[in-house]
Amino acid sequence: MKEMKVDPIKDGTVIDHIASGHALQVTEVLNINRFQIVMIGLNLSSNKYGRKDIVKIENKELSESELNTIALISPSATYSIIKNFEVVRKSKVTMPQTIEGLIVCPNPHCVTTVERVPTRFAIETDDPVTVRCEYCEKSYGISEVRIRIHP
Amino acid sequence: MQNLISIRDLEKADIVHYLETATRIESGEIVPDMGDQLAALLFFEPSTRTRFSFETAMKRMGGRTLFMDGTTSTSAKKGESFADTLMTISMYSDIIVIRSAVEGSARYAAETVDIPVINAGDGANQHPTQALLDLYSVRKTQGGLENLTIGLIGDLKFGRTVHSLVQALASFSPRFYFVSPPHLRMPEDICTDLTAHGGQYTEVTDPESIIGELDLMYVTRIQRERFADPEDYERVKDSYVIDSSMLKGVKTNFKVFHPLPRVNEISTDVDGTEYAYYFQQAKNGVVMREAIISILLGDAS
Ligand SMILES: [Zn+2]
Repeated sequence: MKEMKVDPIKDGTVIDHIASGHALQVTEVLNINRFQIVMIGLNLSSNKYGRKDIVKIENKELSESELNTIALISPSATYSIIKNFEVVRKSKVTMPQTIEGLIVCPNPHCVTTVERVPTRFAIETDDPVTVRCEYCEKSYGISEVRIRIHP
Repeated sequence: MQNLISIRDLEKADIVHYLETATRIESGEIVPDMGDQLAALLFFEPSTRTRFSFETAMKRMGGRTLFMDGTTSTSAKKGESFADTLMTISMYSDIIVIRSAVEGSARYAAETVDIPVINAGDGANQHPTQALLDLYSVRKTQGGLENLTIGLIGDLKFGRTVHSLVQALASFSPRFYFVSPPHLRMPEDICTDLTAHGGQYTEVTDPESIIGELDLMYVTRIQRERFADPEDYERVKDSYVIDSSMLKGVKTNFKVFHPLPRVNEISTDVDGTEYAYYFQQAKNGVVMREAIISILLGDAS
């Protein structure tokens, strides 16, 4: 049987090798306007990972903070910049050492919760991702924290 | 800008530098002069002991203090932001000592102002000056910090001082006994951190079984409020009380530590023994804080 494919895009970004089941979370955290076409592929077969998700977005370049957020959701993800149907750049998302502003600290006694202070988290381990608040110094698994949408 | 915010920020060499400086101040080799310095003590949460210790330290060095507490001058009431309060205070003073129930507030203060900041306790998070005075006391009584066998007894789950002590001693090859009721055990991330730095620990429930092996025992209070069922509290509370009858057969260098205030977890019949060290420990807090202030204000040479 022929493999199902997601249609190619002319200009934009392809986010590939997203851990299976996380594509929707990726689209949630990206700043996408209502004129941008988004194609989502779920549970596609992958040589490396068995199953993977893909997100393709027309006319979009990812910002630094969007790339960081994707790394948090799926450290295995790659992204390709497409110009006129050609891949002009392909790269793995890289886990930053610190994440500013994106993660909400779950600690109700933390200064970032009590005062209007932007959060800053250090990445403690890559896979699985654990993060530590640089203010209250508590660490959390990535699934225990909320990632702020459209910072 | 130098600050003292968290024990986790300190390398082994930094810790040694703090302790050495305290030793040299205590011996009179260094006489810091804070005659033209003003320390702002911002206590958004009351702590009479910590406040007095800082005030004494500053005044013994000829410096002055100004005090602001959370109840009379909270800027929040007037709608002033925390950042604005800090900025204003930093215009009046040379160093800020901050105590707050809000975790991470000292780190935020240090990032906001251009003068040194000392964390005098931020909620359940850190109390680095207490940790350093504890280490200073350990070193004074044991002659060093390496390879010690230490019993921590009481509420190890919520006890900030014991957490900081474990973090601070972790890289000095310690062997810990954690003695606590089952639901007040040492948190897992502290234990993991300890073994990652080369330390060891064993969890026990009966202090008498291990007291003979210890170089020192650090006692903390078990609060009734930590128990959902008052009967549970009544059942365990006496298992974690140290009295003089337990001290037969301890090592000659053995000492009992306590961050104070105590309630009844160390019986007063221990006070007169050669093993009681808690009041001396509090006294060490003054010289340690003198060392910290003078290092951060650049007058420790
Ligand atoms: Zn936090």
